[in-house]
Amino acid sequence: MKDILLDLGLADGLAAVLANVIGAGMLATIFLLIPIFTIWVERKLAARFQNRIGPNRAGPLGLLQSFADVIKLLGKEMIFPRHVDVVPYVLAPVIMVSAVVLIVAVIPLAPTIIGTDLSIGALYFIAVSSFTTISVVMAGWGSNNKYALLGAFRTVAQLVSYEIPMVFMLLLPVMLAGSMSMMGIVEFQSNYWMIFYLPTAAIIFLASNIAEIGRAPFDLIEAESELVAGYMIEYSAMPFAMFYLAEFLHAFLVAVIFSVLFLGGWQGPFAEDLPVLGILYLTVKTFIVYFGMMWVRMTLPRFRIDHMMAFNWKFLVPLSIVQLLVAAFIWKIMPEPDLTGNLIERWVNEFPRMAVMGISGLVVGYASLVMLRNYASQQRKHILSLTTTTQTYPLAVSPTPATGQSSVIVVTPGD
Amino acid sequence: MELTWESLAFLIFSAMTLGGGFAVVTQRNLFHAALFLMLSLFGTAGLFVLLVAPFLAAVQVLVYIGAIAILILFAIMLTRRIMGLETTLNSQWPVALITMVILFVSLLLVLTPLGDNVSGERLNATFTEIDKESEVSDVSFTTVAAIGEAFSTRNGFVLPFEIVSLLLTAALIGAIVVAREDEA
Repeated sequence: MKDILLDLGLADGLAAVLANVIGAGMLATIFLLIPIFTIWVERKLAARFQNRIGPNRAGPLGLLQSFADVIKLLGKEMIFPRHVDVVPYVLAPVIMVSAVVLIVAVIPLAPTIIGTDLSIGALYFIAVSSFTTISVVMAGWGSNNKYALLGAFRTVAQLVSYEIPMVFMLLLPVMLAGSMSMMGIVEFQSNYWMIFYLPTAAIIFLASNIAEIGRAPFDLIEAESELVAGYMIEYSAMPFAMFYLAEFLHAFLVAVIFSVLFLGGWQGPFAEDLPVLGILYLTVKTFIVYFGMMWVRMTLPRFRIDHMMAFNWKFLVPLSIVQLLVAAFIWKIMPEPDLTGNLIERWVNEFPRMAVMGISGLVVGYASLVMLRNYASQQRKHILSLTTTTQTYPLAVSPTPATGQSSVIVVTPGD
Repeated sequence: MELTWESLAFLIFSAMTLGGGFAVVTQRNLFHAALFLMLSLFGTAGLFVLLVAPFLAAVQVLVYIGAIAILILFAIMLTRRIMGLETTLNSQWPVALITMVILFVSLLLVLTPLGDNVSGERLNATFTEIDKESEVSDVSFTTVAAIGEAFSTRNGFVLPFEIVSLLLTAALIGAIVVAREDEA
């Protein structure tokens, strides 16, 4: 690209800058067009999950539905309610989309195709994602609407909390690969995928990322039935479409990042020789993860807000700290295998280390589930013992006076 | 001065930092002031990038914009009727001005050649010369590795690092204890 511009007679510096701008623009545009397809996939799949047909009028299988929606949204009027804080109100969707698009820069699509192989790729991903929080706060405040503001409050609480397990679990692939560059992490997985080393960490990472993008069961940010649409309630036409686009693109990019970090990215047979195969492998892996995310979204009901916070602070955060310590310790004591031979030899040599890491991760995950089950059964016994007392409580959903247990519906026998 | 692309980027980021900082203290609307604070911090992150310190830039964005500024915004939004105030000026501004001038002068003395004339010996912070031949990405990689080594080797900053970690943990536990309701 730079050579072509140099041939056109441009100065060296200008040509380099222009080539970078054009390259970044192309990459961003390709990724910005993906949601047009994934929105259709999501609507169609949601319909199948809920025993409906879904969009089927525009084009074969309703494939052109998203294009029709885009044209409709382009033609709509952008409404400014009275008393909006104009600058944050207008800037919020722009920041949201830019923050999400910026993630694209560090995704390795193939052995040779990457926006820019930053030495701090993993950290960059977290840093850039944090801009979405600002956007939501600006939208919530700027809209001058109590539902929007409540949505923004919830967002800050949720995003800041779930960032902690996410960052901890992102630290593990970085630690194992010995590199923060996305390309380095993918290259480490040439023998075994990261998910075999860190099965529990992968699940925690995916769960906290679903919370980060605010999808069901963590969609309290929008929560149609409580907050109507949360922070985007006052938006119409293209600004609304930009939020929508950013949400879908972010969801897709989370699936991509998960594939890159834990499923080997572009790794696959012959990918090193033929970069196009790498893109294909990454796409297939991404859509498998994306399907899983949609499955969760369609199946699970929304958390209550205190449950969601408790799930993070009382379960995910301690679990991720334990997982981090255990994995770091075992990784340190396992001897470094000889990784110089051909693929089969490397597989055999690497196997003990991978197996020990994987089993330790599973043990940590299983132990936490057993502890959770014991705790739940204790709680159940406690609640049962309350129902047999002679003292009568009113039917209450708020903390009951005597026990301090929140949210226990106490029904006395004989009611 | 020759205008290169780097210097253009430097000018833009400096304008963001200084302009944002100026707007923070002049804006009457506290929410807007907090947003300008973010702009200013973002400009600083951009300056870090120009100094080939991508790790610091990312941490700047993550910690200052992603966490601290968000908490400030949150505090502003949760404080009732703070937006109705006519002015955010209070009687502390002369003290702040004097402190700022002293800080600025001392930074000027330490970081620029002006300090040579005052003290006679060089107080300048030593900047390691970046090898012009080496690729920029190599440089940035070595900075990350160098930071990691500095934090974990005996001759580096392992003791201050551990002390800071301990202090932060204590502060964290203290915050939980203070915020906790009495169980009586």
